[in-house]
Amino acid sequence: MTDQLIEIRGVHKRYGAVNAVDGVDLDIRAGELFGLIGHNGAGKTTLFKMMLGLLPATSGDIHIGGQAVRGEAFRQVRRSIGYLPESLALYDNLTGLETLHFFARLKGADRATCPALLDQVGLADAAQQRVRNYSKGMRQRLGFAQALLGSPRLLFLDEPTNGLDPQGILEFYRILADLRQGGVTVVLTSHILAEIQQRVDRLALMRNGRIQALGTVQALREGQDLPLTLRVSFRPEGEAALRQTLAALGIETLKAEAGSARFACPRQSKMAVLTALARLGPVLTDIDVHEPSLEDVFLGYAEELTP
Amino acid sequence: MSAIEFSQIAVIAGKEFRDRLRNRWVLAVACVFTIFALVIAYFGAAQQGAVGWRNIDVTIASLVSLVIYLVPLIALILGYDAIVAERERGSLDLLLSMPITRFEVLLGKFTGLAGALGVATVGGFGLAGLLLVYQLGNAALYHYAGFVLSAFLLSLCFLSLAVMVSVLAEDRMRASGIAIALWFFYVLVYDLLLLGLLVVSEGQLNLNFFPVLLMLNPADIFRILNIFGFEDVRRIYGLATVFPETLANPWLLGSAMVFWIIAPLGVAAWRFK
Repeated sequence: MTDQLIEIRGVHKRYGAVNAVDGVDLDIRAGELFGLIGHNGAGKTTLFKMMLGLLPATSGDIHIGGQAVRGEAFRQVRRSIGYLPESLALYDNLTGLETLHFFARLKGADRATCPALLDQVGLADAAQQRVRNYSKGMRQRLGFAQALLGSPRLLFLDEPTNGLDPQGILEFYRILADLRQGGVTVVLTSHILAEIQQRVDRLALMRNGRIQALGTVQALREGQDLPLTLRVSFRPEGEAALRQTLAALGIETLKAEAGSARFACPRQSKMAVLTALARLGPVLTDIDVHEPSLEDVFLGYAEELTP
Repeated sequence: MSAIEFSQIAVIAGKEFRDRLRNRWVLAVACVFTIFALVIAYFGAAQQGAVGWRNIDVTIASLVSLVIYLVPLIALILGYDAIVAERERGSLDLLLSMPITRFEVLLGKFTGLAGALGVATVGGFGLAGLLLVYQLGNAALYHYAGFVLSAFLLSLCFLSLAVMVSVLAEDRMRASGIAIALWFFYVLVYDLLLLGLLVVSEGQLNLNFFPVLLMLNPADIFRILNIFGFEDVRRIYGLATVFPETLANPWLLGSAMVFWIIAPLGVAAWRFK
C-alpha cells in the first residue's frame, strides 16, 4: 500500500512550441503540506490545472488516490477535492451564503454546513451580502470556504493568501493547521515564500516547466550550500577585536552598525567561527545564527541556471 | 464517456434561471412581448386605414413579422456569452473543478436560459393571448397556442446558435459580434439572398430545391409553420409558389426546428469537450 496520494509521471503540457510543463515526475504523500514555488510562468498553475483534470496533459499520467485524472471515476474523486484558484472569480449577484449553497449542490455537500463554514472564515456577518459588495480579502475567504465544502481530503490552493490582511493570513494558516491535523493533504503555491517556509513539509521549485529542486526546505538549503547569516551584538570596546577575528577567518562584514554586525558565514565554517567568537569573551553580548531564507534558496537556484 | 448526472444539469440550470428572474430580464422581455403583441394586433392594419381587433389569421401573420425580428435577437443576446463570459471572468475553472462534466455545464446553461426564454415567451405572448382570445373567441386559442409554441421553438433555435457562439468565440466582444452577424444573416439577409437568387436565375432555378434552402433558416421555418395554415395569408406571402404543400406538415416543420436546436448545441458540446 503506497502512501502517495498524488502520482505524476512524465507529464508534459505543450502549447505549440512552448513547453509549459516539461517532463514532471512528482509524488505527493497523503497528509502532506506540499508547496509549489517558482517564478511567474514556471508552470505551477498549469500543473495545478492538470492535477485537477481541468487541462489534459499532452503526455504522461497523473493519478490521485490511484485514480487517473479523467473519466467518470474521477468525478467521485473530485467530490473529495477542494480547489481555490489563483484568479478567483465568484458570482457577484449571489450572496456569500448563496454562493456556498450553489457549490455545495454541485459538490454533493451538505448545505447545512455552509453557515458554519462562513463562520470559520470570518464571514458570518456578511453571509447575506451580495458578493459584489465584498472586498478582495472577503472574496478570498469565501473562495477558501468554498474549497472546504464537503470536508475534502485534498486541497489545491493557488496563491491562497492573495488579498488577505496579516490577520487573515494568520487565520488562514490556523485553519490549515487544523485541517492537517485531520489528515487533509494540502498542495499550495505562493509567491510569499517567507509565509510558507515554516509551514510546508516539502516543496518543489519549478522553473521553465520543470522541477528544479524537490525536498524539505532544509534539504533545499543544503542543496544550495548557501551561507548562514550571523548577527553579532558587541560592546564598543570589542569592535576592533571582532573585526580582527573576522578578518583572520576571511569573513567580510555585510553590515555594521553601532553595537552590531551582520556577516555571511559558510555553513561548513559555522563551528570554527562560533568558537573564534566565543573566545572574544564578554565583549560580545549576543549572537544570532540565521538559516538562509526560502527566498535566498529560490534566488540561489535561479542564479544556478543564469548563464 | 461519462454518465450524465441530471441533478448537476439542474443545479446549473436553476442558477441561470434564477439569475434571469432576479435581474428582471424575464419580466422585461415578457412585458416587451405583451406590449408589442397587443399593439401589433390592434394597430397592425393601420396602413390599410383601419384599426382594431381583426381575425386570428391576420393577427398571427402580423405577429409573425414581429417575432421573426425580435425573438432571435433576444435569444442571441441572452445566450451569446453563456460560456465565454465564464471563461473570460475565470469562473469556469472553478466550476469545472466540481464533479460536473463540460457537457453537463453546457446543457445546464442552455436549459436554464431556455427556461427563462420560455417563461418570457409563453408569459408575454400568453398574456396578450388571453386578451386576444377574449376579443376573437375561443376558436382563436388553438391557432394562437400553436403560434406561441412555435415562437418558443424559434427562440430555442437561436439560443442554441448563441450557446454555440459562446463556446467557439475567444472573448465576449467577438461573441457579441458573431451573434449580431448571425441575426443580420438569418433575419435580414438570407431571404434577400434567396430572392436575389430567384431573380438572377430568371426563373431557371429548380424550385424543388427552394424549400430545402428555406429549411436552412429557422426563421423561415417559423414563418412557413405559422403562415401556411392560413389560406389568405399564404397567398399574400406568395409561399404557395415556392413551398410545396406536402412539405408544409407542421410535424415535419416542427422537427426541422428541433434539428436546429440540437445541431448547434451538438457542435457546441463537441467543441467545448
